[in-house]
Amino acid sequence: MLNAERKPVTGKRVQLMATCLCDAIYDDVGRATVEVLEHAGCTVDFPEGQTCCGQPAFNGGDWAAARKVVRHAVRTFTGEDPVILPSGSCAAMLFHGASLAFEHEPDRVEVEALGRRTWELIDFLVNGLGITTWPGRFDAKIALHRSCHTRGTESIPAALTLLRSIPGVEVVEFGEVEQCCGFGGTFSVSFPNISTAMGTLKLAHLRAAQPDLLASVDMSCLMHLGGLAAHEGKPVKIMHVAQILRDALKHP
Amino acid sequence: MAKQLIDQFAATLPADKRASVYQSTKSTHEKRTKMLFDQFAEPNRLRALAGEIKQHVLEHLDTLLPAVEAKLQANGARVHWAATAEAACTAVLRIMQARGATKMVKAKTMVSEEIALAPFLEKHGIEALETDLGEFIVQIDHDHPSHIVRPIIHKNRREIATSFERHGLGAYNDDPQTITRRARQFLRQKYLQADVGLTGANFVSAESGRIVLVTNEGNSRFSLAAPPCHIVLVGIEKLVPRDRDLGLLLNLLARSATAQQLTVYTEFISGPKSAAQPDGPEEMHVIFVDNGRTEVLASECREILRCIRCGACMNVCPVYRQVSGHAYRSVYPGPVGAVLSPLLAGKKFPELADLPKASSLCGACHEVCPVNIPIPDLLLRLRDKAKREGARRAAAGTPPMGAWALLASQPAAWKAALFGSKIINYLPTKLLPVPPLRAWEDTRALPEMRGGEFRKWMKGRKKS
Repeated sequence: MLNAERKPVTGKRVQLMATCLCDAIYDDVGRATVEVLEHAGCTVDFPEGQTCCGQPAFNGGDWAAARKVVRHAVRTFTGEDPVILPSGSCAAMLFHGASLAFEHEPDRVEVEALGRRTWELIDFLVNGLGITTWPGRFDAKIALHRSCHTRGTESIPAALTLLRSIPGVEVVEFGEVEQCCGFGGTFSVSFPNISTAMGTLKLAHLRAAQPDLLASVDMSCLMHLGGLAAHEGKPVKIMHVAQILRDALKHP
Repeated sequence: MAKQLIDQFAATLPADKRASVYQSTKSTHEKRTKMLFDQFAEPNRLRALAGEIKQHVLEHLDTLLPAVEAKLQANGARVHWAATAEAACTAVLRIMQARGATKMVKAKTMVSEEIALAPFLEKHGIEALETDLGEFIVQIDHDHPSHIVRPIIHKNRREIATSFERHGLGAYNDDPQTITRRARQFLRQKYLQADVGLTGANFVSAESGRIVLVTNEGNSRFSLAAPPCHIVLVGIEKLVPRDRDLGLLLNLLARSATAQQLTVYTEFISGPKSAAQPDGPEEMHVIFVDNGRTEVLASECREILRCIRCGACMNVCPVYRQVSGHAYRSVYPGPVGAVLSPLLAGKKFPELADLPKASSLCGACHEVCPVNIPIPDLLLRLRDKAKREGARRAAAGTPPMGAWALLASQPAAWKAALFGSKIINYLPTKLLPVPPLRAWEDTRALPEMRGGEFRKWMKGRKKS
């Protein structure tokens, strides 16, 4: 149900939705996304009017506010080209959450049409473009956190496929991979005790595997985990999978 | 600022309770997953099929319920319909009064918790004794179950041993076997003295009228076989269309609930004593309980009625693992409870409207549900309902979204805010009395704001 049916990708022109986290905080993840897509032969358009996917309001229960933002996204990302996001969570908002919020709305068709051409970046590389190996080199032991909103999608298998294909990369296993990191958007501030406890558990599992860095296809989880670790005075290195792919290209 | 009750509960839960809930749920979840994936090639397809069967039931209750009533009557049982909790309690009381009965042994049934049957009967001078070991301990402690399958998941054996001593069941001894043996000795007499045995039903076949019960302690078999009268209390959604559907559902239920292939006891009850069936109670009653289910069926959250009460969603839920069942202030805790309890509350929905907020929407519950209930979607629908109805408990701690949505639908304002956000890097944020900021920074470092940097880079590339 999570996986919206998608047309096979034919062209190489894509629209980038940077997501508000890359727009406001993680600009290097945005840059890496563009460079990785270009390496894959894509022409990347960046519609200037873009803002957010609407998920904070949707998850917060304010669906009227969420619809306002989703409608803005529909107006901004026009045409037929795939819309690529460096976030499993924001992508799922557009291809799943939005269809719930628009169930009884007259413009549901347009919203669902946008959902059907929306892809999480790594899923797009592997299952949209058919890329299964990645060149270059990246020397690191990587713990890949399964961001929850990629459940039921191909993003994590895709990320594992690409990471494992890079010379130098070792993907390490860790306990309770199916457990959430505790971020959960506004959950992280409305349930701070539980959110922190969940994050502490996740960090313990990740650290036990002694990785050089934590990777994910969602910066939100990493912002939470990295923030917890930094607050403890024991910072961990966090990287989006796109940054690893981009950096691998620098070492042919 | 108002705080979320479940988060407050988590903060005050003793560490040893949290640890025992966590260990127990984690281990059951892991065994469940191993067993399903070791033994079935595609367990997720089985979950989807089971979900379709239960959904079929929900969509055909109008014909299945009259059909099962006719079957049950033909099998010699008497059928009662209870629209409310009060009606269900009263129906039980009338059956007992008509027989001059004063002693009941009860097997574990969540619907009896839901309608608060035992306190009601006690008020009317009837002893209603729990025979499931966990429920028995809950009863002598005047406590409440904190898990739908393992009601005493929040207790350790030392607490149980103390309760037994207090209740006159022997000197303090926290050896689990001793505890079990003492309970068994005490209960054995009670079965033989009871006038009525009450059980729930895990499934009722609309095809045959068979009542299906699963337990591991054998207490339901004793409860329904020893006393002369058997009362079955069951929610209207517990039907399955055909006997053959039980093959799938029983296989999924035991594995999902307790990581067993089948429970130790599985009973198929086709009616009271008869010429063809010389053993068993002389009288059998089946009480179908609505108590808000019809309204749930009419709502956009009707899939929750597929639930077969396995508890797998609470075992995997990272929030339940941190807070245990009592945090949910209702009979059904965890992810399923966070949907079902506020809905069954009817007009009192606002009192439980915060439950659907107690989730990071991680989706682990949907992934394990044996009847494939899209629990996160239902939690989201209830958040929307709570917002539309202005339920204050749900709103606590969630930053207001109206102004944000306005900003996020006006590109010029959005861009200005992005560039302006960098000012946060220069503010003494730890001194700012902004509740979400405080909640974040108490345990997490703020990242550096770099609003607009990406757009600058994009623009620069275009020019070059």
